[in-house]
Amino acid sequence: MRPLSQVNNPYKDDKNIDACALFGMINIEGTRFPFKDPLKAISNMRERGNGLGAGFAVYGIYPDHKELYAFHVMYLNRQAKRRVEKSLEEEFRVVLSEELPTKEAKVSNPPLTWRYFVEPNTSKVNEEKITEDDYVMKNVMRINVSERGKALIFSSGKNMGVFKGVGYPEDIAEYFCLEEYEGYMWICHSRYPTNTPGWWGGAHPFSLLDWTVAHNGELSSYGANRRFLEAYGYKCTMQTDTEVLTYAFDLLVRKHKIPLELVPKILTPPFWDEIDQMQQKQKQLLTALRQTYSGLLMNGPFSLIVARQGQMIGLPDRMKLRPLTAGMGGSFLYLSSEEAAIRVVQPTLDKVWNLTGGEIVVGMVKAPAFVRLQLATMR
Amino acid sequence: MKTYLPPEYIVKRDVKLCNKCKVCIQQCTYGVHYYDEKEDCMLSRDENCVNCQRCVFFCPKHAIIIRKNLVSYRKNHHWTSEVITAVKKQAETGRAILTGMGCDKPNLTYWDKLLLNASQVTNPSIDPLREPIEIRTYLGKKSKQVELALTGEVVLKTELTPQLCLEIPVMFAAISYGAVNLNVQEALARAAVECGTYFNCGEGGLHPNLYRYGDHLIVQVASGRFGVHPEYLNIGAAIEIKIGQGAKPGIGGHLPGEKVGKEIAEMRMIPVGTDALSPAPHHDIYSIEDLKQLVYALKEATGYAKPVAVKIAAVHNTAAIASGIARSGADIIVIDGVLGATGAAPKVIRDNVGIPIEFALASVDERLRNEGIRNEVSIVASGSIRSSADVVKAIALGADAVYIGTAALVAMGCTVCQRCYTGKCPWGIATTDPEISKRLNPEEASRRLINLLNAWGIEIKEMLGGMGINSIESLRGNREQLRGIGLSESELRILNIKPAGR
Repeated sequence: MRPLSQVNNPYKDDKNIDACALFGMINIEGTRFPFKDPLKAISNMRERGNGLGAGFAVYGIYPDHKELYAFHVMYLNRQAKRRVEKSLEEEFRVVLSEELPTKEAKVSNPPLTWRYFVEPNTSKVNEEKITEDDYVMKNVMRINVSERGKALIFSSGKNMGVFKGVGYPEDIAEYFCLEEYEGYMWICHSRYPTNTPGWWGGAHPFSLLDWTVAHNGELSSYGANRRFLEAYGYKCTMQTDTEVLTYAFDLLVRKHKIPLELVPKILTPPFWDEIDQMQQKQKQLLTALRQTYSGLLMNGPFSLIVARQGQMIGLPDRMKLRPLTAGMGGSFLYLSSEEAAIRVVQPTLDKVWNLTGGEIVVGMVKAPAFVRLQLATMR
Repeated sequence: MKTYLPPEYIVKRDVKLCNKCKVCIQQCTYGVHYYDEKEDCMLSRDENCVNCQRCVFFCPKHAIIIRKNLVSYRKNHHWTSEVITAVKKQAETGRAILTGMGCDKPNLTYWDKLLLNASQVTNPSIDPLREPIEIRTYLGKKSKQVELALTGEVVLKTELTPQLCLEIPVMFAAISYGAVNLNVQEALARAAVECGTYFNCGEGGLHPNLYRYGDHLIVQVASGRFGVHPEYLNIGAAIEIKIGQGAKPGIGGHLPGEKVGKEIAEMRMIPVGTDALSPAPHHDIYSIEDLKQLVYALKEATGYAKPVAVKIAAVHNTAAIASGIARSGADIIVIDGVLGATGAAPKVIRDNVGIPIEFALASVDERLRNEGIRNEVSIVASGSIRSSADVVKAIALGADAVYIGTAALVAMGCTVCQRCYTGKCPWGIATTDPEISKRLNPEEASRRLINLLNAWGIEIKEMLGGMGINSIESLRGNREQLRGIGLSESELRILNIKPAGR
């Protein structure tokens, strides 16, 4: 048996089964703000977590190095660190490497955590004729797969960073000294897993390049989604359903250039009966999307907060089986598992509503208004 | 030569109940029952009985029971009475033993060793009576990626390839005119229309009466090319190239000249009274690139408006063969497992050649995904599907849809007596005799088929809902929903599923 400290899913369940608290807030002016409000909100939903995992993704965190990919890496031992660093030196130009600042907190068995600011080896990128993002993704996946949990690159985007581990949100925030950072968008997660992962890498949010996914739910379609994505070159190694959501967004939006507002038409599409009744053009479009990406239909109860540079997206499942509330107040858009968590940081909101099944909410920095699209409605 | 073959079945008649109404004589097409005027009693020629149960069902007094004739050869696990009978039969005839329907040997049904999942606590199950659950399925090539023009309005640039739309992922497998009569095909056609699925006319051509069901028809092009003409190709919704069949992989077909009457001759486009020979291979396909030519020849002939399917028997290298087919331009691959049925096949082939569909399906799906071409084709699993549970398990293993043949015939009355090749089916199914064919009323038979598919549809939705899935595409290839029971490590590995309890 593998040591529990190295794996996300020690009992090799099909996937991780958990319930969670989600919270995200974005300042649409792009103004950076500290961790106080997001932490207060996520901590307010203590019932939804059980201290076995929490995490934060912060955007706009590294303005001084915003052109460089920021890797956050956890190591279980010095050998793993040497191996990964050797690999990084070969594939990247490492501009800065340092230990992530940490301090005493109520957490158990923290791994070594380091951060690297890197840029891809240009000649290798050109040689392989792929984009820089694809190059970074390929190498991150390669390292994560080959290290088998001994090392994990858990954050790999530009000007953003993920901090996560085993503990309650306030403990993780304290451990990683989050008071030192500011960002214009914070995505927070607190977990209630049904197994007992001792591995810090298993905490949420999951991140790849600048995509972050925080997820409350369980995908009944996980097996179908995983097999579909594997045919597109993604390697699902974490035995958790959140991973496939991350890759689905990456495939659709970054690689296949599907506009964000159409993504729910794939992940949580309208029913065929509804598509049948649409006008010819829209019917063809939705039919093409649903047929082509049938393996990405996400089934089961979930609510999602997906983020990337400048954007925060909220999406509940087709039938709205898990909660997700949106709120607008001042220059902020909030997404949360519970309205109370939004009210605790912003008692007066201009607008607050519960998302319906398949409804997407997108908050964008410097967007003229929040975009709200009614996409798939239940009968 | 005196026969050393004992009768297989014994007819037991309760003479107290029998009122000598002679219904059994009328119903039996094998001449088992007869009336002895001298003795004024009903008697049986047991050696003719095939145990089709027709007389049993139609005896108004319930006076008849058919028993297996348990010949008391010395007990022997190797030399079973079936084996001894076969050797004696061949010693007397000098011929291959013919049989009908699918292989009846034990230990080849893996569906029963697969168990399904359901949600508890962490995931709410869905009640199909309250929430919509979708089982519509599209068969055909899907593009790898949707391309959109994004200047202003979103415009679809990807061209949609022709698809079959199935309201239930169950189609009627190829059953040809000649093997069955027109009433049977008519019943299948009407049920396909009513249920929003498809029937397959097989390789015997298409009777003009069935042209009106063209939108729900898959026409077949087999090695004999019987009845293939431009109108035939264009009348159906899809074309299926039949390379092989699970009941007799590697074997052709032979409809004897005596059976080629005027109507069959017209439909097959051959002279009356000549043998209709389907060669073992297609003589224009000796390699994979030849298949590609035929696929495109058929597409040219139909203006690229219809999906082309290729049907193969499940054999040892099915995964590699399927990969080749996926690259040949075909839109659908049909895999027919070792338990697939037939109207007539040499028994030794039926029972010994090919592999179970479960393994073939799992390995084909796996291979196509590994090669990144699973989206290029749809997979239809065929041979051995008996229930909605088999359908759900097949889809979880990676099929898009299934074909049913035997199950459809059983719905119409077939009792799987395995004597289809005699052409005397007392149930009016596997016969073209005009008188016996009248026993099958297409209206009533189609109602039975519609009921069957509707019932399966309800059960499929119940099972999906239990798993917390409200759309069938989330089940496709979702092997996490399956567990194996009583399977070896290597069987589990090939099926790529976990054992129950893990």
